[in-house]
Amino acid sequence: MSAAPILEVHGLSKHYPVRKGILFSREVGQVRAVDGIDFSIGEGETLGLVGESGCGKTTTSRLVLGLETPTAGDVLLEGQSWQSLSGQDKQDYHAKVQAVFQDPWSSLNPRMHVGDIVAESLRIAKWGTRAEIDERVAALLVEVGLRPEHARQYPHEFSGGQRQRIALASALAIGPRLIVLDEPVSALDVSIRAQMMNLMKDVQERDNVAYLLVAHDLATVRHMSEWTAVMYLGQIVEYAPTESLFEHVRHPYTKALFSAVLPDHPDRQEEGIVLTGEVPSPLDPPGGCRFHTRCPFAMDICSQVAPSLTESGSGHLAACHLEE
Amino acid sequence: MDSAPVLEVRNLHTHFFLRRGVVKAVDGVTFSLRRGEVLGLVGESGCGKSLTALSILRLLPQAAARTVEGSVLLDGEDLLAKSPREMREVRGRRIAMILQDPQTSLNPVFSIGSQLHEALARRPDGTGRSLRERAVDVLRRVRLAAPEQRVGQYPHELSGGMKQRVVGAIAISCAPEVMIADEPTTALDVTIQLQYLDLLKELQSSLDMGILFITHDFGVVARMCDRVAVMYAGRIVETGPVREIFDNPVHPYTRALIASVPKLRRKTGRLRAIEGQPPALSDLPAGCRFADRCPHVEARCLERYPEAVSVGESHSASCWLAA
Repeated sequence: MSAAPILEVHGLSKHYPVRKGILFSREVGQVRAVDGIDFSIGEGETLGLVGESGCGKTTTSRLVLGLETPTAGDVLLEGQSWQSLSGQDKQDYHAKVQAVFQDPWSSLNPRMHVGDIVAESLRIAKWGTRAEIDERVAALLVEVGLRPEHARQYPHEFSGGQRQRIALASALAIGPRLIVLDEPVSALDVSIRAQMMNLMKDVQERDNVAYLLVAHDLATVRHMSEWTAVMYLGQIVEYAPTESLFEHVRHPYTKALFSAVLPDHPDRQEEGIVLTGEVPSPLDPPGGCRFHTRCPFAMDICSQVAPSLTESGSGHLAACHLEE
Repeated sequence: MDSAPVLEVRNLHTHFFLRRGVVKAVDGVTFSLRRGEVLGLVGESGCGKSLTALSILRLLPQAAARTVEGSVLLDGEDLLAKSPREMREVRGRRIAMILQDPQTSLNPVFSIGSQLHEALARRPDGTGRSLRERAVDVLRRVRLAAPEQRVGQYPHELSGGMKQRVVGAIAISCAPEVMIADEPTTALDVTIQLQYLDLLKELQSSLDMGILFITHDFGVVARMCDRVAVMYAGRIVETGPVREIFDNPVHPYTRALIASVPKLRRKTGRLRAIEGQPPALSDLPAGCRFADRCPHVEARCLERYPEAVSVGESHSASCWLAA
């Protein structure tokens, strides 16, 4: 890890109980949405979190945001455990970890002026006088490529790309150390995505803020992040510096994700592993390696023993028996 | 590829008449689709690609929207001249449609089987088999696992990918000549998306359908399409064979769209973004609609709209610089 970690996640798990019956309900199982993951993010760095729907990447981002209480494990921000925080400290945590969500149509309150949306976190934190806050809001809008007079307009007056800029301005307002970006460009049009990605990179360089980028598009992750983690059924199966991962994929599931990427030219298609079937239910994940039911290289050991993450130089981790 | 087109859209104009003015959402769209061909209609949201599809099927969203000019020929018959009753015979039977979100295109209170029966009952196959047998059969054709059990299940019991296969089964149940697929894989996961695209290709060649594939993703275009039509602000700005469009894009908008996507194979530096926004469809400029975002803009671009000119083998573009 090149920079000092802002965020550390140790053995993080989130299990949701599944109940049956109404009056005398009993627990019949647990959905293991996130099941013992570790990662860290350095100051001003980006970690890309990749996986299919249901792999637990959104639950992970909610745990990091402090919107869910972990079943086990802990989240440490600047060395301080989230579990140990209370009262004002918890509020400070929320100020330091902000979020930009996928859909800028539902993440902005339609009844609030853009200026009030951006200023909300400043008001809650009693950041300054009214005039100071107005000045800060104007500066933030300029920083994300909008104009100060936009503060008096409503979200519906803006396009999707502009709304996502407003969401970013409001996340930046209080000066966070980490921003969770949950599919920040996938709801935007192709021609607008590049604008937004460039803006996020510029902001990171200027404010030295770290990003946890949750995304399913591998090219976006390669472009945006220094580190990449691949999740499958609640666990991290591969975790490496982005360039190392994209140059030399180690885990079969990551290989399969690469094979599923659509070509950038009609004469090119990634050949390789084409997965059949669908992701098993996290309610009853397969024993051993969770990927063995779909893995073309599965061996006997894979259904019995869960592989642990092993390193192969320069911090490139993968959890696969083939790699041991 | 020289066969007569099964679907021909000529100079189609669909406008919204609102109190604040006329919104020219589709403003002179012309293309043709042959049997056994996949034509990609590519563009951003609001460019009019979905409305073009709805205009073909005459399913315009509200009273304010009207097709004011043009023709839609299915095997030479003008669909715009048909009565509502005749149109009902076309929809689903001769032109099928697959929408983006399988969650909303299936009815949550009916079983998979009964939703298939509805489509199958309209077209007896003459073998005297029961609807149930035929439903299982068509589910097998879309490669849905365990079709015998699926007919009794409800949409909520199926995953997104499985639901979209059911939608595909309903679409092919009447062996249509044309299928319109409006971003059918946008809501699916990447590994499921590839499986579904391959399924559509397979169905297309076995049924000899023409597919109009609406998308904004050039990856989908590269995988699926034989020809491409790029749409911007209500008009087609460039059309050509898929390899021509990728190797030799002529219109600055097409070029910029392809360049703005980050690459998987190498680390990209700063992305070449297209600055600005598309023009408002209620207040379109007289000249080229891409002019205010175009890096090569000249005086004549602002004055007159460029006519489509041929720039290669069945490849044309609407740009003054290509002329």
